[in-house]
Amino acid sequence: MANKSVFFNPFSKDNPVIVQILGICSVLAVTAKLEPAIVMGLSVIAVLAFSNVIISLIRNTIPTNIRIIVQLVVVAGLVVIVSQLLQAYAYDVSKQLSVFIGLIITNCILMGRLEAFAMANRPWPSFLDGVGNGIGYTIILVIVGFFRELLGSGTLLGFQIVPQCFYEAGYVNNGLMILPPMALVLVACIIWVHRSFNKDLQEKQ
Amino acid sequence: MDNLNLFIRSIFIDNMIFAYFLGMCSFIAVSKNVKTAFGLGIAVTFMLTVTLPVNYLLETYVLREGALSWLGAEYADVDLSFLSLIVFIAVIASMTQLVEMVVEKYAPALYSSLGIFLPLIAVNCAILGGSLFMQQRGFESVWTAVCAGGGWGIGWLLAITAVAAIRERVAQYSNVPAPLRGVGITFIITALMGIAFMSFLGIKI
Repeated sequence: MANKSVFFNPFSKDNPVIVQILGICSVLAVTAKLEPAIVMGLSVIAVLAFSNVIISLIRNTIPTNIRIIVQLVVVAGLVVIVSQLLQAYAYDVSKQLSVFIGLIITNCILMGRLEAFAMANRPWPSFLDGVGNGIGYTIILVIVGFFRELLGSGTLLGFQIVPQCFYEAGYVNNGLMILPPMALVLVACIIWVHRSFNKDLQEKQ
Repeated sequence: MDNLNLFIRSIFIDNMIFAYFLGMCSFIAVSKNVKTAFGLGIAVTFMLTVTLPVNYLLETYVLREGALSWLGAEYADVDLSFLSLIVFIAVIASMTQLVEMVVEKYAPALYSSLGIFLPLIAVNCAILGGSLFMQQRGFESVWTAVCAGGGWGIGWLLAITAVAAIRERVAQYSNVPAPLRGVGITFIITALMGIAFMSFLGIKI
């Protein structure tokens, strides 16, 4: 497979969240506001790219029987580094995200890509695959976070978007948007729109 | 008596899928038919029931601050809790490898239908989430950990079997819009059941 398609496919046609259906838990957990969604996306891009490279470099020396443990140790190490970096340089955001950064370890996208791609490919394509999938994941996080924060709190990145006169005229924030089930419904809507344009992804009845 | 209460609470009120939305990836992908869903549910229940007490013992006698005092007075102030994430995930990963080998040997049909999702049990958020909840809530004994793990596992099994049964009927009898077929409608079903299960929150037995 050409490097270009390895990099660009995960954006839409092979998106990790809405096509491969991986990493749903964190989509539900971190997208109530836009800012944690963006930071989470960037952290996942970094961890995914570097774990793909490391696993791809040592793929021929890992015994098949203990490959899951090796993969998890690599990922856990990288996640600890990311969380230390965030605490050092972006303390406020890391406080907001504390639990979810730890949960990157159990993000299925990581294990899915390591098993399906990095175990069988050279380091450079693996790096592109990691970055591409990370960006595909971030796109979905940002779309869901955008709508949930806008409709649920009337703000974006903490700035007031819905003008005060709307509230005086009787507009009320949709509190349901803050609850996790609405993230599921939003992801379902994204899938709906995406698959109406990509007819080959639709499932047969 | 308390343990029985905790067991029932873990199944219905603290349900892993409908209350915490953990373990969604394999939940969405494997709930296509009841038989496979039930198989994965059993595997997850087994994993939770085994890893929770093991991690509890590690937490109590090795990782927690002062946990090593049984080695002698000079170890009384050793705090290894920063290692807990890596230790928990290592225990879970090795147990997964064990289950994978057993299933491959004794139930090859189930093994091929579970596919990539058997190794993905290791990164099933529900299992690491269970261990982290155990750490956070400070359970009193091993039995409490066993009961909570079993309850969470059975709750997960219940949820995936129920949704799989609904999906089988939906696929047979309903005229779902083509882009929503399969994954999309499952998200919406899960969201609606999640909203329904929210009515359990706050109930004290």
